[in-house]
Amino acid sequence: MEQTVANDRIMVHVTINGESRQALAEPRTLLAYFIRDTLGLTGTHVGCDTTSCGACTVLLDGIPVKSCTILAVQAAGHEIETVEGLEHNGQLHPLQQAFWDNHGLQCGFCTPGMLMTTTALLRSQDDVNDDDVRRAISGNLCRCTGYVNIVKAVLEAKSRMREGG
Amino acid sequence: MNLDATETQPLGKAIKRKEDPRFIRGQGRYLDDIVLPKMLYMAMVRSPYAHARIKSIRVEDAYLVEGVKAVLTGEDLASMNLAWMPTLAGDQQMVLATGKVLLQYQEVAAIVAETRESAEDAASKVQVEYEPLTPVMDPFFALSAEAPVLREDREQKNNHIFHWEVGDHEETDAALAASAIVVKEQIRMPRVHPAPLEPCGCVADYQKSTGKLIWYVTSQAPHAHRTVLSMVSGLPEHMIHVISPDIGGGFGNKVPVYPGYVCAVVMSMQLGRPVKWVETRTENVATTNFARDYHMTAEIGATEDGRVTALKVSTIADHGAFDAAADPSKFPAGLFSIVTGSYRFPVAFAEVDGVYTNKAPGGVAYRCSFRVTEASFLIERVMNTLAYRLNLDPVELRRRNFIGVDDFPYQSPLGWTYDSGDYEKTLNTALDMIDYRGLRSEQQKRREQGELVGIGVSTFTEIVGAGPSHTFDILGIKMFDSCEIRIHPTGKAIARLGARHQGQGHETTFAQLIAQELGLSAADVLIEEGDTDTAPYGLGTYASRSTPTAGGAAALAARRVRNKAQQIAAHLLEVSPEDVQWDGSRFSAKGLSSRNVSMADVALAAYTNLPKGMEPGLEATYYYDPPNLTFPNGAYIAVVSIDRETGQVHVERFVAVDDCGTVINPMVVDGQIHGGLTEGFGIAFMQEIAFDADGNNLAPNFMDYLVPTAVETPRWETGRTVTPSPHHPIGAKGVGESPNVGSPAAFVNAVVDALSPYGVTNLEIPLFPWKIWEVLKQHGLTES
Ligand code: FES
Ligand code: FES
Repeated sequence: MEQTVANDRIMVHVTINGESRQALAEPRTLLAYFIRDTLGLTGTHVGCDTTSCGACTVLLDGIPVKSCTILAVQAAGHEIETVEGLEHNGQLHPLQQAFWDNHGLQCGFCTPGMLMTTTALLRSQDDVNDDDVRRAISGNLCRCTGYVNIVKAVLEAKSRMREGG
Repeated sequence: MNLDATETQPLGKAIKRKEDPRFIRGQGRYLDDIVLPKMLYMAMVRSPYAHARIKSIRVEDAYLVEGVKAVLTGEDLASMNLAWMPTLAGDQQMVLATGKVLLQYQEVAAIVAETRESAEDAASKVQVEYEPLTPVMDPFFALSAEAPVLREDREQKNNHIFHWEVGDHEETDAALAASAIVVKEQIRMPRVHPAPLEPCGCVADYQKSTGKLIWYVTSQAPHAHRTVLSMVSGLPEHMIHVISPDIGGGFGNKVPVYPGYVCAVVMSMQLGRPVKWVETRTENVATTNFARDYHMTAEIGATEDGRVTALKVSTIADHGAFDAAADPSKFPAGLFSIVTGSYRFPVAFAEVDGVYTNKAPGGVAYRCSFRVTEASFLIERVMNTLAYRLNLDPVELRRRNFIGVDDFPYQSPLGWTYDSGDYEKTLNTALDMIDYRGLRSEQQKRREQGELVGIGVSTFTEIVGAGPSHTFDILGIKMFDSCEIRIHPTGKAIARLGARHQGQGHETTFAQLIAQELGLSAADVLIEEGDTDTAPYGLGTYASRSTPTAGGAAALAARRVRNKAQQIAAHLLEVSPEDVQWDGSRFSAKGLSSRNVSMADVALAAYTNLPKGMEPGLEATYYYDPPNLTFPNGAYIAVVSIDRETGQVHVERFVAVDDCGTVINPMVVDGQIHGGLTEGFGIAFMQEIAFDADGNNLAPNFMDYLVPTAVETPRWETGRTVTPSPHHPIGAKGVGESPNVGSPAAFVNAVVDALSPYGVTNLEIPLFPWKIWEVLKQHGLTES
C-alpha cells in the first residue's frame, strides 16, 4: 500500500538535532506530525489546532516555530532542533537542569515547547529579565504551573550559562 | 535550594521531582506517543447543529477513501445495544447519535483507517442529513413549559434532571424574616472547560487470541474506567487491562468516559487491531465535560452588628445534554453544601435543580472537589455584599463570623464536620504579608487622585478527600483508595497506588511519605500508578482526594510494613519485639541504641533470615477508608486597579495563604498553588464557553477560549499556616484545588471594591475588559 500512495508524497530531507534524516511526506503533512509520527521524535507535542499553545515549538534554523503551523515540505533542507537535541554528551542543557531544579514543570506536556522557545531566547539575548521571559513564552501555554517557576528557571539558567562562560 | 531525592527523612522537604528527568528530555510517554504494530486511527463525524433530527446517514463515499477499514454509526451500535452508555452520574449518554443530536459537535459516526489523514478524509465524506430543531441554550427557558423536551429517551417529559436540597428550609426562612439585615445577590459561574494541555484519547488493543483488551487511556481514574468499560462492553473485568500513561494535565476533564473511547474499543474488537483515537483541541473543548454553569441566588441574614443569622441558596445547574457529572452518587450537586464556608451560620438551606440544555455534557469538578468552587465563590462574594451593606470592612465582617479555633470539630448546619483550622491565624498571616492597613490607606489616597483601586478578600474553606464509604460512592463503588508496598531484599521499595497523577508529582511526594515512614529516601521508593493489572483498586485522582485518601493508604501500608519489620528486627537484635524501638531511621534495642539495624538489614532478613514460623517477604496493602473528609482553608487578598480607558483590570498584587495541613513537599505545594491561582485568574477574567442562540459554541478552541498566558498572569505571593488534620494518618489535607476554589472571589471582590464608591456591588464573570468598560461608561467613569 505504501507504494501506491508514494507517488503523491515528496521526499523531505532535514537535519534534525544534527542528524541527517529523510522520509516521504504528503504535501499537507504538518511538520509536527512529520517529526512525531515519521521521524519518531515524540518529545514535540501537539496541544491545539489553532497555533495557540506552543507545545509543538521547535527551532528551525535556530528560530522558534510552531511546528503544527508549517508543512513538513517547507522544512526540507533546513535544520531542526527539538527537545531531544538539548542534552549534550550526557549533560543536560542548563535550561533542562534549571527546569528540574526549580519545579518548572508539572504534567510536562508544555515543557518541550517551553524549553525550545527559551533556548532561542537565551541564545539571542544576553540580558533577560522577568518580563522578557514572560513575553518570549507568551505563545506557549501552560495549564499547570502558573508560569512562576518556568520564569524562575529560565532566569537561573541564564545566570548559570553566564557563569559557565 | 531544592533537594535531591536521596535526602533522608524527606517528609516536609522540597525534594526535586523524580518524574522530571524524563519530561525535560522529551521522553514522557503520553497517550499519543504510543504506537503499536498494525495500529489503526479513528476520526469522528460530528454534528454542526446543537439540536437536530438525523434524517439519514450515508457512509458509502467514506469507504472510497483509501485505507478506510470501517465506519461505525449509532445504528450499528444500537444493534449491539451500545448506542448509549451509562454516565458516572447515573444518567445515560449517547455514544453515537441515533434519532437526534443534542449538542453541536456531537459524535455521529466513527471512521477507522490506516492513517490519521485517511480517517479524517473519510469523515468528511460521510453525508448526514439533518432537520434542525430549536436549540435550548438557556437553562431557565429549559424549565419552562414552552421548551421542547430534549431527552426523548426519558419517561419524564421535561428538561428537569434532579432536585436536591439540604438544610432546614422553614427555619432558614424564619431566620431570614427575623433578621435585621438581609442581602440578596445573584451569582453566576459561567460554563468553563478544564482544557488540560493534552487532549483526551485512547488506544484500544483487543487481542482476539487471548480475549484481553489492553486499553491505554488518558484517565484520572483507571480502575473506575475498567469497571465502567466492563459494564458497558460486557467484557469480563479481568480481561480489561487499563493503562493510563503519562497524563498531560487533567483538572477533572479526564475523569469521565467519552464516546470516542467506547467507539475505539468496539472497533478494535471488531477489527482485531489496535485503534488509536486522539481528539483535537476543538473536540476537547467543544464536547468533553465542561464545568460550572451554575446560576445561583443567595440571601444572607445578619444582625446590625454583622453576625450572620441564616443563608439560603437556590441554584439552577445547567448540565448540558446528558448528566455526566462525576459527582459521588448521593451528591448530584457535589459538595455544594460546603456553601456556609468559614462562617458560623446557625441555620442554612440550599437547593439545586439540574437541567438539560443543548450543550456538552457535564459538569465535572474542574480543579475542585465537586461544586466546591461554585459554593466558595458564592459565599465569598455574598459576604462581600453584606460587608458593604453593613458598611463594615470585609476583613472585620469575616472575623466576626469565623468558626473559632476552639469550635473544631465544627458541625456545619448543612451536615459536615469540619476537621480543623485556625482561620484567624491564616487571615492574619495574609494581612501581614500584604500590609492590609497600609494598603487601605494607600487605596484611600489613590482614590482621591482619581484612581480605581480595589482590594478583595476571600477566606474560604474547602472540603476534599471524598470520601468515607458510609457516604461516598460512584456507581456504588465506595470512594476509598489504596496502596501496596513491597520491600525488595536490598531495601528498595515499589509502591503502587489506586490514584493516578497528572502532574501533581506523586512519584515524588508519595515516595517521600512512604520513605519517611520506613526510614528510606524518596530515591529508594519507586511509585507506580495507572496500571490496573498491578495497582490495587482505587478511585483515582481528582477532587484533591489523592493525599487525603491514597496518601492515607500509603502511610498506613507503610506502617504495616514497619510492624512486620519490627518483628524481624527483634529477631536480628535478639530481643523481644516490645523491646525494639524505631527512631525514624533505624530499629534499636531499647536502652541499647548501639545495637541497631536499618530497614535494609531487615529487608534482607525478610528473605534470608526470618524468625521461626514467620511468613517470608516484606510487603503490605492497605485500603484506606477515611473516617472524614479534610477541610483545607485559605486567606487570599487581591489588589487591582482598573484602566479607565480600556476597562482592563490589572492585578497589582495577590497574596495567597493556604493551610493544607501537614506539607509533604513545600516546593510541590507552592507549584500547585501557583497553577491553581492561575486557573482561578482565568476563570475570573477570561475563560468562558459561551453560545449563541442557535447553539453555536463561541469558544471551541484556544483562539476563542482564552486561558492565561505568562504575560497577563499575576505575580503570585504565597504563604502558609499549618493546622494538621486530626484524623489523617500524617495530618495532610490536600491542596491542588484550594487556589482555584478560593481565588475567583478574591479577584471579583477586588474589582467590585474598586467600583464600590459608585454603587457597584456585583459583577458577572468573566470580567472581560469590555464588560468592565461598559460598567465604567454607565457610571461616567471612562476617561474620554
Ligand atoms: S500544537 Fe502547535 S501551537 Fe498548539
Ligand atoms: S506543566 Fe502541564 S501544561 Fe505546563
